[in-house]
Amino acid sequence: MLTIQFVPYTEIQGLNSVKRINKLLKIVKEEKIILLEGRLKSHEEAELISRTMEEIDNKFKGIEISVVNPENSETKDVLQAIRQIFLNLVLGSRQGFTIIGPASIVKEIKQDPGRIQLLTQESKR
Amino acid sequence: MTGLFQRFINKFFKNFFKRKKQVKLGLYGPPNGGKTTLANKICLDWLGEEMGTVSNIPHETREIQIKEEVTIKSGGKKLTFNLVDTPGIATKIDYEDFLKEGLKEKEAKIRAKEATKGVIDAIKWLDDMDAVIVVLDSTKDPYTQVNITIIGNLEARNIPVLLVGNKVDLKKSDIKKVQSAFPQYEVIGISAKNGTNIEAFYELLFKITG
Repeated sequence: MLTIQFVPYTEIQGLNSVKRINKLLKIVKEEKIILLEGRLKSHEEAELISRTMEEIDNKFKGIEISVVNPENSETKDVLQAIRQIFLNLVLGSRQGFTIIGPASIVKEIKQDPGRIQLLTQESKR
Repeated sequence: MTGLFQRFINKFFKNFFKRKKQVKLGLYGPPNGGKTTLANKICLDWLGEEMGTVSNIPHETREIQIKEEVTIKSGGKKLTFNLVDTPGIATKIDYEDFLKEGLKEKEAKIRAKEATKGVIDAIKWLDDMDAVIVVLDSTKDPYTQVNITIIGNLEARNIPVLLVGNKVDLKKSDIKKVQSAFPQYEVIGISAKNGTNIEAFYELLFKITG
């Protein structure tokens, strides 16, 4: 059975980078897939990878991560660009969402700017 | 007066070391993109010797490799840098994947352990780079979070980036897909193995380090 845990941005907003990463890793190590509102900062993503590497052992094989961010979609005109700047100012890292899953459950996350496909590992049972 | 003298000394030493500083050119990317093959090609072309071993098994490079004072010449210009080949960055490492490649269990576990340390080191070294070549396998989907994270971190640190879509000699290569995934960057398709487009690649190195 797959467990998906929704983590609203307000739950990580007040935490520093170390605490954010620890919180997310703790959930993933409980074999749950995280659906995080918003996204981590780029240095936090790199730190999450580093911390994941430190945690890898015979049981925990790492993570799969993917960010769907409307900011990445092509801006077509000036109005959309202005709207984007406004949204960035108001929402900041709260835009889009991030999926983080344990590699033992999530085989691959295929993504393009507007779509995500989550492929799970075949059950060994 | 003492403060003025102190500032003069500080400025003198800062400028002295600035002049002496070598440009660090890093090779970054996911495992098996061809970073070491490209490092070997650069070193063979300009130093006459290879830099590291390559393998089809992922995570062959598990330690930072540095080749100092590589000087390349193109169009009457000269560029000297320290070439830094880094382990492939991944979000997961499973020793069982190495078993499938024919490694013994003990060997596979050691390789996995070393590979995790290699990823941590590669990320730590990001701060030390003056310019980075991100090497992607052009036969694979470029739109992965590892690629986005590497490029995002370089962007945040204001480090100049050149994107290389490697393995253009292979039938499945799709360099346009790499370009469309990262439209804001200069992307060049090469074959580090065969040397395809390597002259144009050297030209672009001047551009990003200039």
